[in-house]
Amino acid sequence: MQTLDHVVVRFAGDSGDGMQLTGSQFTTSTALAGNDLATLPDFPAEIRAPAGTLPGVSGYQIHFSSSDVFTPGDNADVLVAMNPAALKANIGDLRAGGLLIVNTDSFKQKDLDKAGYQVSPLEDHSLDRFQVISIDLTRLTRQAVEEIGLDTRSADRCKNLFALGMMYWLFDRPLDSTLNWLQKKFGARADLLEANRRALQAGWSYCEATEVFHERYHVPRFPTTSGLYRNIAGNTSTALGLVAAAHRSKLPLFYASYPITPASDVLHELAQLKRFGVITFQAEDEIAAISAAIGASYAGTLGVTCTSGPGMALKTEALGLATIAELPLVVIDVQRGGPSTGLPTKTEQADLLQALYGRNSEAPIPVLAAATASDCFRMSYEAVRIAITHMTPVILLTDGYIANGAEPWLVPKVEELPEISVSFRTDPENFFAYERDPQTLARPWAIPGTKGLEHRIGGLEKADRTGHVSYDPLNHEHMVRTRAAKVERVVDLVPDQTVEGDEAGSLLVLGWGSTYGAIQGAVRRARSQGLRVGHAHLRYLNPFPKNLESVMSRFEKVLVPELNMGQLAFVLQGRFVRPVESLTKIQGKPFTEVEVLNRILELAPGSNGKGGAA
Amino acid sequence: MIQPNPELNLTKKDFQSDQEVRWCPGCGDYAILNAVQNVFPELGIPRENFVIVSGIGCASRFPYYMNTYGFHTIHGRAPAVATGIKVTRPDLSVWVVSGDGDALSIGGNHLIHAMRRNADIKVLLFNNRIYGLTKGQASPASELGKRTKSSPMGTTDEPFSPLALALGANARFVARSVDVFPPHLKGVLAQAAQHKGSAFIEIFQNCNIFNDGAWRGWTERDVRDERVLNLEHGKPLVFGAKANRGIRLNGFKPEIVEFEGEPPRDLLVWDEDNPEPAMSFLMAGLGDRPGFPMPIGVFRKHEETTFETRVHAQVDEARSKAGSPNIQTLLEQGDVWTVS
Repeated sequence: MQTLDHVVVRFAGDSGDGMQLTGSQFTTSTALAGNDLATLPDFPAEIRAPAGTLPGVSGYQIHFSSSDVFTPGDNADVLVAMNPAALKANIGDLRAGGLLIVNTDSFKQKDLDKAGYQVSPLEDHSLDRFQVISIDLTRLTRQAVEEIGLDTRSADRCKNLFALGMMYWLFDRPLDSTLNWLQKKFGARADLLEANRRALQAGWSYCEATEVFHERYHVPRFPTTSGLYRNIAGNTSTALGLVAAAHRSKLPLFYASYPITPASDVLHELAQLKRFGVITFQAEDEIAAISAAIGASYAGTLGVTCTSGPGMALKTEALGLATIAELPLVVIDVQRGGPSTGLPTKTEQADLLQALYGRNSEAPIPVLAAATASDCFRMSYEAVRIAITHMTPVILLTDGYIANGAEPWLVPKVEELPEISVSFRTDPENFFAYERDPQTLARPWAIPGTKGLEHRIGGLEKADRTGHVSYDPLNHEHMVRTRAAKVERVVDLVPDQTVEGDEAGSLLVLGWGSTYGAIQGAVRRARSQGLRVGHAHLRYLNPFPKNLESVMSRFEKVLVPELNMGQLAFVLQGRFVRPVESLTKIQGKPFTEVEVLNRILELAPGSNGKGGAA
Repeated sequence: MIQPNPELNLTKKDFQSDQEVRWCPGCGDYAILNAVQNVFPELGIPRENFVIVSGIGCASRFPYYMNTYGFHTIHGRAPAVATGIKVTRPDLSVWVVSGDGDALSIGGNHLIHAMRRNADIKVLLFNNRIYGLTKGQASPASELGKRTKSSPMGTTDEPFSPLALALGANARFVARSVDVFPPHLKGVLAQAAQHKGSAFIEIFQNCNIFNDGAWRGWTERDVRDERVLNLEHGKPLVFGAKANRGIRLNGFKPEIVEFEGEPPRDLLVWDEDNPEPAMSFLMAGLGDRPGFPMPIGVFRKHEETTFETRVHAQVDEARSKAGSPNIQTLLEQGDVWTVS
């Protein structure tokens, strides 16, 4: 058995081949094996593109290690390709010498035609630089399940479990976690349960019996902070953060949304949590979702809505209403590629300027961003805390990459999370709807049903203090400036910006959102080459942490990598009137470590200036 | 749920806010405001439990003039805001005030969904068949061919029948009244308040600046007795100054019958609580038939379990099954492992 520090495995097949399921099962067993990990599901926008074609290819990549993992990995060490289209779409990412497992049963002429191969790549020596393991997976799977008497179609659907069984053998994994999962999923269908079990077991036994692989691999446990860990995807993490915040604030959670990729899973998660008093509302459209959430907040509940870019655009006017009505509201944007429908299942960070400025007139809103899948918990909790403390809408940005990707999460103790205190106004004496707390500048939360506090609010400009409608020019300016000042005061809840790596030096890599892993990995590699590089990752984009400017000034240069055309770089340059270097990528995919590292090597003094990391 | 309390001793004055009412002098909205301020004290609902939500338009200024909780929101979205309020706070009496542009045009989607869900929300549609606040453009309720600033040669699009729309969306309470018929309007408002479920009340309203005579030919003193049919539950459909004409069905077609003395037995007898809305639809379109009277009153009143009741029943069921769920346990479920 060979011990490895880290491995990247990619499963690829037709979108009907169950690759997401195979990947997530492998991830569970990896987490249970105690490795650090990161995953990248990659699926087509079409639910069922024509079988066997390139647009129908679905992939799932997992990077696991006995040390820190920051990204799902740049190149795969192992590629499982269930058909020629999956091979064609993914072979470019397999490292030379990597292990390629192909299902030869799906390499018939018609399969090759669909993928656009003239000659079978298994025969033209184009794969000679890889270790190719050709297996007749379909036939072996049918054989394994034949006694059960399933129809061919159902039998063939078990072949992903056969492949998974092979991977479990290859990486020295027990089958238990998947067997338990099968029991839960197919408990009511004895035949399907048994077929999937047999396919999984057969895949494992096949490797054990035939020595199809020359070597077996073991990735040791990752030594980490002690505690209870859970493997978690970003959307689940976001949902749990909201529930925890509702619990700590003692407010019922009202979650209104309209189905949209890649945000819908947050709705699915919360719809299962009614036992915690959560009310979920699938609204008739995006505007209704935010409007209902505003109504709920107005009436004294924690109103939350969640969407992706196009839905965010639709919610814009209502965000302005929440701003002038000064009601707590959390709006989550799980960003995806755009504009318009764009790349619904691919990731991007191009809604930053929309979140910061995308409203009519002066309508500042605090904007937060989660850095990783597990960080979504912390940041959705933070979003609630800020919204309630300052009586303001708050936007939380996540994206498709961390929403669907999973990583281990050290589960926090709920009672150790920061306090969120809510006090509804009840005293009618000297009540004014827009009188402000001198510290936070928040107005009172005076909810319907409270005797003596009957009052009217709305989207027309408010007179200072009384909240009556006012068209007075000086009052308008005063109110615009006051709302802006209130959002600036949020900085009191924002922790100082920390720097990982060098605290000062030649280059600060300043990122935000889901680029955390790639930047972290790249900065470590640069530092190991002797460069003085730091990594600061912004979770608070409005207002910025108090010390951000001084952090930036400790470095000769600042590099801002973003999955957009340079939006944060634009904001920083305007705000601090200093140049920054921008690294951009707009391909619907996250950065690789190497892409960030190459730019660091170009910019940081002490390097040869030519880049080109190995 | 709302618990009426007859001992509140509320008066009209309690519902008047300190804000100066700023509709154009002569606007029909004054009469509607007056009717609402007269009805609310009589409902046995504490003043602090009323919430009035509005969108944008002349009618939508309404909440500012009512000394209740009020939320003047954005164009067309009031039914969605009101849904969020009602579903989280079933103890509140939630009213939406809207106009024909706000409710039927920009807010059409929210209106129909609020109605079909059957949240206990009362929607008052002030229908003056014109955009007033933006100074006189055609609305989705304007008659075909109407000349306005935005349609100098006359509109080219057919109007909605607001009542047919509400019935089609399965509003459980559907009614119509008129700004200048105060006792009738009060009666309809009181019935809407007592109904549990989605309610839609179209109120014919005059805009004396941009569409004066919006309901000319129907509602003036000298014609109304001849041209308006008052729907009354359990009574035959009779109208006319001398109450000598009635409506009966000939196949699927309504026809007018003149009679002397007692109404003939074959006249339609109005049943507002009919689960089948076909008769209600017929009445919603009656005024569009040449020579027929314009019905007012309650077109449909049919109670069913409300949206918020169903939502809270699910929450209660999940809670009772779970006992006392622990949030820490929730975070610690799934694929977990311990590192020591």
